[in-house]
This record gives sequence, C-alpha cells and structure tokens, in this order.
Amino acid sequence: MSSMVKVNGLAHSFGREDVLKEIDLTVSRGEIFGLLGPSGAGKTTLVKMIVGILEPDEGGIFIGDEKVPSLDLMRSIGYMAQSDALYQELSAKENLDFLASIYGLNKQERKEAIHDVLQIVNLQDHKNKIVNQFSGGMKRRLSLAASLMHKPNLLILDEPTVGIDPVLRQSIWEELTKLKENGMTILVTTHVMDEAEKCDRLAMLRDGYVIACDTPEKLKENKQVESLEGAFLAYGGRNL
Amino acid sequence: MNTVAVMKRIIQQFLRDKRSIALLVIAPMLVLTLIWLVLDGDSYHPKIGVADIPEPIQQQLQKELEKDIVEITEGEAKEAFEDGELDAFITFQNLEPSILIEGSDHTANREVVKHVQAALQSVQGNSNKVEPNIEFYYGSENLNVFDQVGAVLIGFFVFFFVFIIGGISFLRERTQGTLEKLLSTPIKRWEIVTGYLLGFGLFTIIQALIIVSFAIYVLDIWMAGEFWQLLIVTFLLAITALTLATLLSAFANNEFQIMQFIPIVIIPQVFFSGIFNLETLAEWIQILSKFMPLTYGANAMQEIMIKGKGIGDVWLDLLVLFGFAVVFYILNIIALKKHRRL
Repeated sequence: MSSMVKVNGLAHSFGREDVLKEIDLTVSRGEIFGLLGPSGAGKTTLVKMIVGILEPDEGGIFIGDEKVPSLDLMRSIGYMAQSDALYQELSAKENLDFLASIYGLNKQERKEAIHDVLQIVNLQDHKNKIVNQFSGGMKRRLSLAASLMHKPNLLILDEPTVGIDPVLRQSIWEELTKLKENGMTILVTTHVMDEAEKCDRLAMLRDGYVIACDTPEKLKENKQVESLEGAFLAYGGRNL
Repeated sequence: MNTVAVMKRIIQQFLRDKRSIALLVIAPMLVLTLIWLVLDGDSYHPKIGVADIPEPIQQQLQKELEKDIVEITEGEAKEAFEDGELDAFITFQNLEPSILIEGSDHTANREVVKHVQAALQSVQGNSNKVEPNIEFYYGSENLNVFDQVGAVLIGFFVFFFVFIIGGISFLRERTQGTLEKLLSTPIKRWEIVTGYLLGFGLFTIIQALIIVSFAIYVLDIWMAGEFWQLLIVTFLLAITALTLATLLSAFANNEFQIMQFIPIVIIPQVFFSGIFNLETLAEWIQILSKFMPLTYGANAMQEIMIKGKGIGDVWLDLLVLFGFAVVFYILNIIALKKHRRL
C-alpha cells in the first residue's frame, strides 16, 4: 500500500513546553489510522499540523508528494475539529452551503453534496433547522457532514465521537468504514480504547512521543496483553 | 468567489441576530436623543476682531475678555473664519455696532454676544441704548449646542457600535472554532477579511442612512450641507471602525476583553475629536488627536453639517480616514498569520 501521509522527524513546542518530539509516522492510502493518547498528549497539535493550520518547528509533513502546508492540499483534506465549528445562527443547510462554496463547488454541485452528506449523517429531516436548536450529537454529525462536502481524499477527525451516545457512535464508525471502502483515507484521534480497536493501524501518543505504532492486534500481541489499555500501559512504561 | 461566500454568510448570520441589528441602529439613535434632551453649555473666551470701533468701547471690551482683541479688516476676518481662528468681527456702521459671528460653535456665539453687550452697556450707560446688529457667518442664532456637537456624536456612535459588533463577531469566529475550520479550507486570509468588510459594510451603509436621517429629520439637527455627502463620511467612518475592530479582536481572547478596548481605544477619541474645544488643551493632546480616526471623521462631519461645505473641502480628512481603514485592513490580514501562516 502506498503512503498517504508521511511525518518525518516532527517536533514542536509552544513557548518552553515541548508538545511533540521526534514524531515519525506513515499513514497508508485507504486505511483508518488512529492516534490514541490521553488528552495533552499532542494529538490535536499533530493533526492541525497535518491539515496545515499549524507549522512545526522541526521536521516535515508530506501528503502524497506535496509538502504541507499548501492551499492546494487543503482542497483535498476534510477536517473536523474537536469543537463543532458551526455558525449557530445559520441552518444546517446554510452552514454546509457556505463551506461548499469556499471549496469552489457550483450551485448544482452544492445542492447534491448537501443532500449526500446529510444522508450520510442522517440529518436530512433537519436540513432547514437553525443550528442552535440542534442537540450536541446532531451538531457533531453536522460537523462531520461539513468535512465531507468536497469529497476529500484524506479525512482528519479530531475526537469525532466525544459526547455522543453509543448508538450514534456505532453508526458514525459504520459510516467511516463505508467511506474507507470507497477509497478515503481516514485519520482519527481518540482517547477511547474500544474505538482504537476499530482502526486498521494505531499510533500511541504519550507526552509528545509516539510510544508504539502498529495494528491493534500486533500491539496487544507484542506485549502479550488482553486489551489495548494493557498495551498502552506496557509501552508507556518502557519510556518512563 | 470565496470573499462573496464569506460576505453572504455574514449577512445571513447578522439578519438572524435581531438584537445586534438593534444595537447597531437603535442604540445610537437612543443615546443621541438623550444627549439632545439634556445638553447645555459652559464658559469660553472668544477671539474677537474689530475694525473702526470707538476707543472707549474697544477698551471696555478688552477688559471684558481675557484675550487680546485684534484690529483687522472685514476681508481678513472672513479669512480667519474660514480657518476657524476667529469667533467674531465687530465694526460700526452708521454709529451702530454690528457683530459678525463665526457661528459654528454655539458656546462661542453666546459668549461673544454676552461680552459685547456688556461692553456696550458699561460705556453707554442706560441712556440711548443701542442694540447691536448681529449676523452669522455660518449657521444662525438658532444653532444650539446639540447642533454643534451632534455632528461629532453621530460620528462617535456610529464608530462605537460598529466597533463593538464588528469586534465581537470576528472574535466569535475564533472562539466558536469556525475560524480554524475556515483556515483548514483553501480560503486565503485576505478573502476572509474582505468578506467581513463587505458583509458588515452593507449593514453599516444602512446604519449610516438611518442614523443620519433620524438626526436630521427627527431631531432636526442643523444641516447646512448635502445629505449624501454626510452619508459618505459616516460610512467611511464606520468602515474604519470595522477594520479597527476586527484587527483588535485578534488581540482579545473573549468578549470581555473586547470591552476592555473601549476605554483605551474609543473613549479618548470622544474627548479629543472635537466635542470639546481642543485649542485650550496641552499640545501633546492636540498631537495625540491627530492619530485618532474620529478626529478626521468628526471634523469632516462638522464642516458639512454646520458650515455647509462639500466633499471637495474635506477631501483631506476623508483621505486620512481612508488611509486608516487601509492600514487596519492590511494589518488585519497580517494578524491572521497568528492562526495560519499560509
């Protein structure tokens, strides 16, 4: 499998605090890649750098053959931030329509894209509802829909299922699996172990270091533990 | 076109926020009305020029005033009026005193009349009392304090409310995470700033139209110039406020911190932009006022409303105002680098 995202020798600090240290990662095309780690591990900083919003102090990131950051690359990346980046005064449709026009979709394309993504997140019936009347879960789904508008090759999701009930969480994962089957590469951050299990491959992040990176099965096998949590503790112990 | 998309979104959003629209339009009208209701004057020593007046009267007048009176011709006096350096010109025609008052400053008008009448009275005694013949160069005797400061107040309130709403909207874009989302798309930084400018710009046009109409037709403020020219000045002032607000919001972390800019950025402009007579203040304050956009906007508005001058006479003020807006706009695009270098 060819690589989609390559992170080489990445390091970054905010002021005197080193947030990321010596990060090397490769995300393969068409896989669901998980970044597992507690909050404060540097997951959000890392994904923001892959998107191109933040620039690292050291090291580089390549998507395909192109170096990040680049406005061209942003055209093919979908990003869902940790907070629901939605305009509260606008309806679901108006929010999506705005983002779609930023991505340069014409009127007809926008209409189709809105229809498609709302179907994916099961919000068709709430198309014209104003966002501030949405529940937390609906906002989360709408945010996901918003990051899918332009049919990105690479989808980056920062804690997509925080505060979402188990049924909805499962349906979002089913959607992600479907998107992956259609050829999308998905990078997802999480601090929930059972979600990490669903990823094809996983990088464990702790205190700014990647302490391990492999498939969930291999990670458990290597440390001869039953759960990912056990594996995380075992790998983390090595570096302490 | 990304700019248009941002602009369209701002308009949609703003139309849903009825209270903010009210703040933009109704609040300035309300405060203007209140000031109109309560305004009253204070004391001031006018500058008077004289020609061919009897020696005793001149001496008495000199005693009345704490400033020297100057002897000049009528032509020189009118030139001095144009430059705003003289408050009144007194001469005698057929043994009757005649006062030509500059007229754009209500306080000065009143003080001139008061002092001249006192001087005449003490010389003439109560015998053959001669009422001076009073004329106005600008305005008329009906010009009151509200007419005089109203021009500045319109400018100020437009500036103030556009500043608050523009600043907080741009800040909310950051605090609710949508700026980050926007910066993860291929939109360019200048497209965001321009979109904001155009979207809000539309509302400031409407705001300027309503407030200026209200002041002129409802509060019946003195208006000697052209309506549309005043509108242009008001709009330019609003745009300057908007660019300043979005720029400063980059340095605030929440709504409360936007409010903290008010005493630092807004209030000094009120005091030093022409409501109060600056000539009596220290030189450093006069220099400081040159760095305040409201100084130029308020001056242009006063020239148009009270003196009936046109855009052609105040083009320098408008140019400076435009310059402020352009500088703030460019700095804003640079300030966004804090959130995405690209």
